[in-house]
Amino acid sequence: MIAIAQVTPVWYLVLASVVFAIGAVGLLVRRNPLVMFMCVELMLNAVTLTFVTFSRMLNDVNGQTVVVFVLVVAAAEVVVGLGIIVALLRKQPSATADDLTVLKG
Amino acid sequence: MHFLEGLAPELVVFVLAGLVCIVGALGVVLNANPVHAALSLVATLFGVAVLFLAQEANFLAAVQIIVYAGAIVVLFLFVLMLLGIDRAEDLSVDALGGGQRLAACILGVGILALPLLAFASTGGEATGARPPATAANAITKTTPDIAQLGESLFTTYLFAFEVTSVLLVIAVVGAVVLARKVKRADYVEDPLTSPPSEVPT
Amino acid sequence: MLDLVWLVPALPLAGFLILVVLGRRMGEPGAGWLATAMCGGAFVASAIVMAGLIGEQGENRRHLLTLFEWMKVGGFRVEVGFLADPLSITMALFITGIGTLIHLYSISYMHGDPKFSKFFIYMNLFVFSMLMLVLGSNMLVTFLGWEGVGACSYLLIAFWFSKDANASAGKKAFVTNRIGDWGFMCAMFLTFATVGSLDYSVVLEQAPLIAPATATAIALLLFLGACGKSAQLPLFVWLPDAMAGPTPVSALIHAATMVTAGVYLMTRVSPILTQSYDWAPSIIAWVGVITALFAATIALAQTDIKKVLAYSTVSQLGFMFLAIGSGAYVAAIFHMITHAFFKALLFLGAGSVIHGMHDEQDMRRMGNLKKYMPITAATFIVGWLAIAGVPPFAGFWSKDEILLSAYEKNPALWFVGLVTALLTAFYMSRQVFMVFFGEERWRDADHPDAPEPHESPWKMTLPLVVLAGLATMAGILNLPFGNRTHFLERWLEPVVGESEHTVTAAASAQIGLAALAVAGSLVGIAVAYRIYYQRKMEPVEPAIMAQGWKYDTSIAAFMGGPGREAFEATATFDGTVIDGAVNGVATLVRGSGVHLRKVQNGFVRTYALGVAVGVVALLAYFLSRVTF
Repeated sequence: MIAIAQVTPVWYLVLASVVFAIGAVGLLVRRNPLVMFMCVELMLNAVTLTFVTFSRMLNDVNGQTVVVFVLVVAAAEVVVGLGIIVALLRKQPSATADDLTVLKG
Repeated sequence: MHFLEGLAPELVVFVLAGLVCIVGALGVVLNANPVHAALSLVATLFGVAVLFLAQEANFLAAVQIIVYAGAIVVLFLFVLMLLGIDRAEDLSVDALGGGQRLAACILGVGILALPLLAFASTGGEATGARPPATAANAITKTTPDIAQLGESLFTTYLFAFEVTSVLLVIAVVGAVVLARKVKRADYVEDPLTSPPSEVPT
Repeated sequence: MLDLVWLVPALPLAGFLILVVLGRRMGEPGAGWLATAMCGGAFVASAIVMAGLIGEQGENRRHLLTLFEWMKVGGFRVEVGFLADPLSITMALFITGIGTLIHLYSISYMHGDPKFSKFFIYMNLFVFSMLMLVLGSNMLVTFLGWEGVGACSYLLIAFWFSKDANASAGKKAFVTNRIGDWGFMCAMFLTFATVGSLDYSVVLEQAPLIAPATATAIALLLFLGACGKSAQLPLFVWLPDAMAGPTPVSALIHAATMVTAGVYLMTRVSPILTQSYDWAPSIIAWVGVITALFAATIALAQTDIKKVLAYSTVSQLGFMFLAIGSGAYVAAIFHMITHAFFKALLFLGAGSVIHGMHDEQDMRRMGNLKKYMPITAATFIVGWLAIAGVPPFAGFWSKDEILLSAYEKNPALWFVGLVTALLTAFYMSRQVFMVFFGEERWRDADHPDAPEPHESPWKMTLPLVVLAGLATMAGILNLPFGNRTHFLERWLEPVVGESEHTVTAAASAQIGLAALAVAGSLVGIAVAYRIYYQRKMEPVEPAIMAQGWKYDTSIAAFMGGPGREAFEATATFDGTVIDGAVNGVATLVRGSGVHLRKVQNGFVRTYALGVAVGVVALLAYFLSRVTF
């Protein structure tokens, strides 16, 4: 049969890295603000996964505590971010992130 | 199913959940329709929740499902439906030119490769010196993780925990302010909607 | 009791602050009374501290009160603190005493002035600065006060700045003083570089260890500062012009207190002076005596009542520096005190005359004022006798001590001093006879109906009477009848004791010198009597003396000619090279900004790209740092 090794924590870390990289690339290539937001969520999730993994590796519960805080901050961030998007898209339903160029120097 | 015998159950769980995660993540990025992207996100969130379970973070797995999948993604979908902007995005062109996409891919590879390099060069350890877990925050098999998490939150991190409540209140107030319909009287000129000629110089 | 020393400058400061906020609302005369009360309070505080000092003995007769740390840069540490010792408290006492009288006087003098409250703001600020100057426990606090009095002097000289001459007189005083301040600053740098501290207690204790060359440099640089502040050659030109200010200002700042700051400073650092080469004190003595003679000759021919007194002040300050140079610090302080009394008296008297004559300052248009202004006349005569050196008035005793020390230093110094004393008696007598005696001259062809002079109100005459009393009695401070009557000398002994020159002349020689001095004064008075009272001799008033030996005009000519060209060359250098560098930097920044702004294209995703680049770069950096 398949001689397979034990799942080590590094496997989780590699997986988290992959998800994080996908999220980052998505953030850079997508134009729909909502989808960009989802990509941010992907990256956050990748990070929480590493926290939990390290928590187990180091046998330390504080890694999980941090995840709780990350969750709370993510929730707050989504609330405000969606508020902004609602305000923005109500004015111009077809707006993409590239239409917001007020910061142009 | 006998060919699965001999495999560690954790391996099976990891491979399946990991695949769901990656497929979901790719779905978020590659789906032109934002509704489909949101549903792909749910897949990833479930996958992560399963991986939490596999690592004995039971409470966090539950929270992940309830808060992320249950609340945040629903919020995303709600906004999509509310505003009726669920039309597909043309993914074949990029307004910022091909450079943006190319650079994004190169950087994505960099972001992925560098941690992998780090893992490889440390022989799968990934961390440096490991401090011995002290009695206060060490994970014990006999105590449920929710109890340990609760103790950590309400003792060591009590202040931070209380501050997050303030953060949430502020976020709610901010969202209400942002999303309410502006009355004519306090309408503020928005540079996005007004033609540039009206912008005072 | 000694800890109350902080109150001495704090009260005028409080007065200043209150007046800044409420001065306009308090108006006249409230603002004036408040300022006077604050100054009087400071006087009382000084008196209390002095009583405390009297209670101590010998070396303990000093008290250091540190308020707070001012700055600390590396090894450089300066604290704001006060040093209460006999010298500083004596200064504080007569500054606040005379200051109170002059504040009181000003309430009347400045009556009706639209800037009444502002005047008292400046006056209180001045008193505060002056007290900081004398009470400061280190050179930097003294310098703070030094600059403060300079600024107040500028503000008060140019008080009526709507007249061009007043404004430029203020500027002249300021600029001339800056030259002296430069010397003071260099002296501070040098002191710190040598001793490593600016505290008087440290500096003076270590003074005997300073190399003579360094000590000489410090002493002479400080003397340069003193020359500026105390109007000595070659920097005296600002003081006569400073008479453009209100007369109480002339009395307080330009006669009694500020201009004596240089004398105070030299006395304070007397151990450094002792440590320097022998020729350094000689330079000071000669500069002093030549200034005294030079100013006295100019005073002979002035017609403006205040200008005479101004040159007389320069001359008397010259005497004080003669004393310093001769090592007679006590005599210098003694003369400073007596001079403060009688010169403030004379200035206030002159102010009273100007007030009574309805702003007339030309002595040629006065005469016989004793009939109309009896109190002013009587007190002015007291001041005249005091400055002329007629016993038993105060000036005689102090001037006699200076001449005695000068004689022991070098008879030539003594001789020039004696001639100056004679001239002093002469020009002051000339003034008194022209103003208070002879015929009434205020009505002439040009002014057919000039109003009659009148006596000033009590607020002006009261200070006159008090000062007249002091000018008469102040000699008691330091009578030359044996060691027991040298009160001031014994009082100041802890401060200047080691540096003080000891008189060695026999009693008979001393009496002889004193008799000569008195004779000189009497000759001066007698000649003036013949010329200006009896009118039996023609007055000798060469135009060149009236013009101050053309000293002022030649400086102006030099500065207007070659000097100006040099300054303009500097300005060109500044405009092209320095401004060029500055503008070049600005152009560079601007140019790069024009190009860099394109980076800010407003696209959020481009910014995100930038962040991602940073993330990858940081990751790579940390990875490269890890040792595997």
